[in-house]
Amino acid sequence: MEILKPAVAGTLESSDAQVTVEPGDGKVEFNLDSSVINQFGNQIKKVVMETLDRLDINNVKITVVDKGALDCTLKARVEAAVYRSVDQYDNLPWGGIIR
Amino acid sequence: MNPNKKRLRRSMMFLNAQKPGLIKDPYIYKPDSIMLDLEDAVATNQKDAARFSLYHALQEIDYRGVERVVRINGLDSEYWKEDVRVCVAGGCDAIRIPKTESPLDVKAVEEEVIKAEKEFNRPEGSTLIMAAIESARGVMRALDICESSERLFGIALSGGDYTKDLQTHITGTGIELMGARQNMIIAARAAGIQCFDTVYTNLDDMEGFRRDVEGIHLMGFDGKSIINPRQIDIVHEIFTPTQKDIIFAEKVVKEIDEKKALGIGVFTVDGKMIDIAFYDGAKRTINLAKASGVYKGDL
Repeated sequence: MEILKPAVAGTLESSDAQVTVEPGDGKVEFNLDSSVINQFGNQIKKVVMETLDRLDINNVKITVVDKGALDCTLKARVEAAVYRSVDQYDNLPWGGIIR
Repeated sequence: MNPNKKRLRRSMMFLNAQKPGLIKDPYIYKPDSIMLDLEDAVATNQKDAARFSLYHALQEIDYRGVERVVRINGLDSEYWKEDVRVCVAGGCDAIRIPKTESPLDVKAVEEEVIKAEKEFNRPEGSTLIMAAIESARGVMRALDICESSERLFGIALSGGDYTKDLQTHITGTGIELMGARQNMIIAARAAGIQCFDTVYTNLDDMEGFRRDVEGIHLMGFDGKSIINPRQIDIVHEIFTPTQKDIIFAEKVVKEIDEKKALGIGVFTVDGKMIDIAFYDGAKRTINLAKASGVYKGDL
């Protein structure tokens, strides 16, 4: 998939994450802001990268502001931001590349 | 028939599917069911994001036996068909249809559920349906709605919208809900399905809440929609048979079984006249006690 325009999903509430995607410069640029970056930074990056990989995205600037989100929330926010960037809201591939 | 159709549903706790902090661990409060909401609790510009949250929550969070019902958006919206797809793909236990006014509403959702079960390789019939009734028309057609689908396990009153339609408002006394409650429980029982009461929104009036739950329990309802974990214990206390009820029900069942063999139709238990008409009620008490985890007998 190609990121067509900047898009945001998620909130700054506890247990959530706010994810912003923007068209990249030919690579994946990952930025993370989290109060638990020392404990969970690597795990958060792993989940985000795996999610982008499943969505076949390799050209994006992605910023995650984490507020203690579980893995399932991180995935949900990344996917929501990505599908918002391409304006797709129906006939989503549940159980396919969204899993 | 889906074995979960008649499961224990004393409490159904509403949770905004878009709020990770709410949906990550509601099982710790031990409601019988959670109601993950895609409808009123979710702002229009967050409908899409809520579906992603819902999907991963259904797939990845172990709700430890708590039933996962999802309230989809209304059939008059552009959202409900995709809501059904994500519910079924995620593997929810049941879908709640809001604003149900006719059997055709249930049929329309059922049709999409069947399509989705095929698309996502879910076992046919694995997704149950419940219908929320929120209008005078819905109340008047309650029996037709109750009999509209094998998948339909129950109906629920949604008091806020219903009272608006009736041109009144929620008073806390229950007067404004009397007719709907009575009509709906009778319709549900006639059709052999469950019936659930509306939410009680004043969290500062726990005594009023208790009176409300006691009232609908006496009317025959199976459970109540709730909005806060603080309400769970009261609902479970009122809907779970007491030890006194259980002991009496046991005596009734055992005595009827014994006396039947001896050809005796009417007799007394603890000074009360008992005949075969008491049998089903006593069995129901035992079954409810078993489902609630408080039965220690051998029936």
